Amino acid sequence: MSSNTTNERTTGESTSETEGLSDDTIIETDISVGPDSSRTTGRPNTIVSADSLDVYYGDDRALSDVTIEIPEHRVTAMIGPSGCGKSTFLRSINRMNDRIPSAHVDGALSFRGKNVYDEDVDPVALRRKIGQVFQSPNPFPKSIYDNVAYGLRVQGKADDVDLDDAVERALRGAALWDEVKDQLDESGLDLSGGQQQRLCIARAIATDPEVILMDEPTSALDPVAASKIEDLIDELVEKYTVIIVTHNMQQAARISDKTAVFLTGGELVEFDDTARIFENPDDDRVEDYITGKFG
Amino acid sequence: MSTEPQSGPGISGDDSLEAAHERNRRIRRLLFGCAAVTVVTTVAIFLVLFDNAASYFFGARISEMLFAGEAVERTVSFVEFFTGTRWAPAHATPAHGVLPIVWGTLAITIGAGLVSIPIGTATALYLSEYASTGTRNKLKPILEVLAGIPTIVYGYFAISFVTPILVDGIATDILNPIGSGLDSISHLAPVLLEPVSAWMLGASVGRYSMLAGIVVVGTMTIPMVSSISEDAMQAVPDDLRNGAYALGATKYQVSTRIVLPAAVSGIFASYILALSRAIGETMAVTLAAGFNPTLTVNPFDEIMTMTAYLVSMARGTSAVGTVEYQSLFAVGLLLFLLTLTMNLLNDRLKQRFQEEYR
Ligand SMILES: Nc1ncnc2c1ncn2[C@@H]1O[C@H](COP(=O)(O)OP(=O)(O)OP(=O)(O)O)[C@@H](O)[C@H]1O
Ligand SMILES: [Mg+2]
Repeated sequence: MSSNTTNERTTGESTSETEGLSDDTIIETDISVGPDSSRTTGRPNTIVSADSLDVYYGDDRALSDVTIEIPEHRVTAMIGPSGCGKSTFLRSINRMNDRIPSAHVDGALSFRGKNVYDEDVDPVALRRKIGQVFQSPNPFPKSIYDNVAYGLRVQGKADDVDLDDAVERALRGAALWDEVKDQLDESGLDLSGGQQQRLCIARAIATDPEVILMDEPTSALDPVAASKIEDLIDELVEKYTVIIVTHNMQQAARISDKTAVFLTGGELVEFDDTARIFENPDDDRVEDYITGKFG
Repeated sequence: MSTEPQSGPGISGDDSLEAAHERNRRIRRLLFGCAAVTVVTTVAIFLVLFDNAASYFFGARISEMLFAGEAVERTVSFVEFFTGTRWAPAHATPAHGVLPIVWGTLAITIGAGLVSIPIGTATALYLSEYASTGTRNKLKPILEVLAGIPTIVYGYFAISFVTPILVDGIATDILNPIGSGLDSISHLAPVLLEPVSAWMLGASVGRYSMLAGIVVVGTMTIPMVSSISEDAMQAVPDDLRNGAYALGATKYQVSTRIVLPAAVSGIFASYILALSRAIGETMAVTLAAGFNPTLTVNPFDEIMTMTAYLVSMARGTSAVGTVEYQSLFAVGLLLFLLTLTMNLLNDRLKQRFQEEYR
């Protein structure tokens, strides 16, 4: 399955290893690690996987030989220094890279076992299963209601569901309902940055995707707004798989089950349970990066 | 400025700074002077038009009435001017109904808008959303060349191609045969079909026609619509497109439901600009649509626009002080007010456009 040595440990994941973070290799640290929900039990399926994935922009290689298996209903964090290809990796999952004329992909990237770069895959259909939340909140210049309903409308589902109901559910799911329920007709642009980002999350979950990609979703937000989003992510994994890029080590440590560390050159150097990555990384460069000596 | 001896933290002014401030003030006055030239010119044009137009209606200019005590004598009544349907100020039996030439201008403007708005918008949408960067870089300069062609060249284009080949072809090769076909079956529904077939059979074009004017002015204004609309579409942040694509929207959905609505005020501004260009267009439209003030809806008829009237009168055959000479200013003023309205509308839209992405 995996030829990458840093991946060996993931295949051996089991209840006892992750639960209570009682790995005997734990080192003393004041970073609290891992979400404390029940999702650390049971062995999850792989939902997104890459096999020797290379991504180029023109002749420049942004990702090189990435092999990874991302588990379903978990939060997987992608960390690494700027320019190491985290966003590129996210965009190659939902084929948003197709929007960049110079980008091209080698190797395989699979969603539920199907290579999304196969000829017969329609990126529009793929993106209907894999939602995305961007670094800076980008609500449409439309009403709050229309923002949330947009996905259902373009996907042709608006007639099949009770739209009001779906909008309410998505806004509740994004922990925004109580704040906006009386102003659904007002522009999404009139909300605060943190609210806008939750609106974007509501927009993404309204269509009920299977995976939600988040590219530094809290980097443009203040700490309070950011922690609301973190709490939200914790709830989202009950229904969805979350893959999140972050520059914030504490955030990765707090919210993710798995962490992938990319380093300059677009290399995935380590991928494992978040607890182990933060407490006892294999690779010295990873340890340096996490402890802030590098990047 | 203080000339106290330098002391303390060194933040009081000195001579070299004072010189710099003086230069600043001089440049400021120079720039203001340049800006003032435009404003003064505009106001002056308006006053001259207004002053002279008054003599068309009251027999004397406002300035003459005010300063020389000239008697007010009604020459052309507003009622006749605004409701009369015959326009012939220079005729032996003159008539002063401005409607035919206002209609001429309106017909050309509406018709040209029907050509340039859909084609220009589609072109802009294609360039902004569908074309690859390479294609866009090749097509945009061509459109800009089209926008830069002097209007007299479009006039030749009207005389040598649009009227004799296009309009004449539509009349003789398309409408006349269809008309004779309809004629043979018009007994089936005489009330409905007979007028249609008669019109089609009679379709023919002389030297000038409304349709030629529409085609020429429409073509001329396509680049205005397309390039300004395209700028508005390009100004829509890519973040919005990404957001929509990530939700599984198709290119068409992103274009129509995200880009168009987000760029709508800029797009409307381009329409207004194109329409006011059509209103003010002179050379090409005169050579294409002609000199015959007629209240007609038949696109094959010769008509006259307000600008064409100004051209025909301003060639200088009418003596200063005659009513037909004064009519120039009345029509000019009307034209000025029309384009001014369009410009104000455009400004309002621009403001909204700027507010949209604070
Ligand atoms: N659209 C693009 N065209 C060309 N090169 C690109 C493009 N996007 C990214 N790159 C290059 O690919 C490499 C990886 O970029 P990417 O944005 O994926 O990094 P990142 O890890 O997300 O960085 P950051 O943490 O700063 O967001 C960089 O060297 C970048 O310059
Ligand atoms: Mg990035």
